[in-house]
Amino acid sequence: MCTYVTETLAVTGSAKGPDGWIRVTDATVYFDHPTHALADHTLNVDLRRPADGPGARVAIELTAESARQLARAILDVLDDPAVAALAFPRTAAGQAVSG
Amino acid sequence: MYDAILAETVHFPADNGDILEGYAARPLDGASRGGVVVIHHLPGYDRETKEFVRRFAVMGFNAVCPNLYTRIAPGASYDDAAAAARAQGGVPDEQVVGDVGGAMAWLRALSNSNGKVATIGHCSGGRHSFLVSTHLDPAAAIVCYGGLIVGETPPQLPTMVPLVDRSPLVSCPVLGLFGNDDQFPTPEQVDELEKTLQSNGKDVEFHRYDGAGHAFFGPDRPAYRVEAALDGWARIQTFLDKHLAG
Repeated sequence: MCTYVTETLAVTGSAKGPDGWIRVTDATVYFDHPTHALADHTLNVDLRRPADGPGARVAIELTAESARQLARAILDVLDDPAVAALAFPRTAAGQAVSG
Repeated sequence: MYDAILAETVHFPADNGDILEGYAARPLDGASRGGVVVIHHLPGYDRETKEFVRRFAVMGFNAVCPNLYTRIAPGASYDDAAAAARAQGGVPDEQVVGDVGGAMAWLRALSNSNGKVATIGHCSGGRHSFLVSTHLDPAAAIVCYGGLIVGETPPQLPTMVPLVDRSPLVSCPVLGLFGNDDQFPTPEQVDELEKTLQSNGKDVEFHRYDGAGHAFFGPDRPAYRVEAALDGWARIQTFLDKHLAG
């Protein structure tokens, strides 16, 4: 179906498309018919910079299993102690600070 | 036999007087004929939907698909426009009604129009086709596996309300085509919609296909089911020939 299950969030970072790098500010995550992937439905992520128009977008469409594997891989990397120390430095009180 | 058709991008006034982009196709033989508004699905004003528009012209009808995302992303590629629309939570139902109404008026103003116009949509477009039949006066409405006519509003898109309670307002005959393996809508939801329309005295014709799920009309998708799609196209032709005649 055209699912309406959609999550939107603000993000900080960059993504590269055919016209070069974009400093992305927004992300949309949803499960719906893909534009290009050979599947009936896919987990889709749009990394966007709407201030530069609708074309400022890097899109991925992954099968549900591929998306889960990617999500697990992302979390595995972020949860590695060596990475966590760099990505989420501790405050003096020992509170993790994200961002 | 003269069988030329013309397919082209057009523009017409729609909801709020805004000028909307649309993709139209029509036979050029000059004979009087009815029209069909093709309502695209949530993923956008795509190539496959435009192929449907051309097919309706070959079937003998004027047809137009309004680009419901014209305002959000004018000039953008259809997939970028759909992404922008989704990030905004989709388009409001009231605006869709106004935009389809603009497309209906455009069809009725064609020199070869007999004044009768139907609507059709697949997936979320099927929901919109039903929605329009509760607000405007199409001669007929076709719903191909439209989700969320029966069901619950998804929390992420609060404007997508179920429509079954509006069945008393349906203004025209309704043809529904559904796959029994579909979960959006489920066979039970299809039954509920059919019974509700019947109990309100509406002219309703539903067909269900075993071995078919959602999007069985889409020849470029794994969900394509040739037997269901071919029978469905035949049902559509018969339904439109009946209700757009004159």
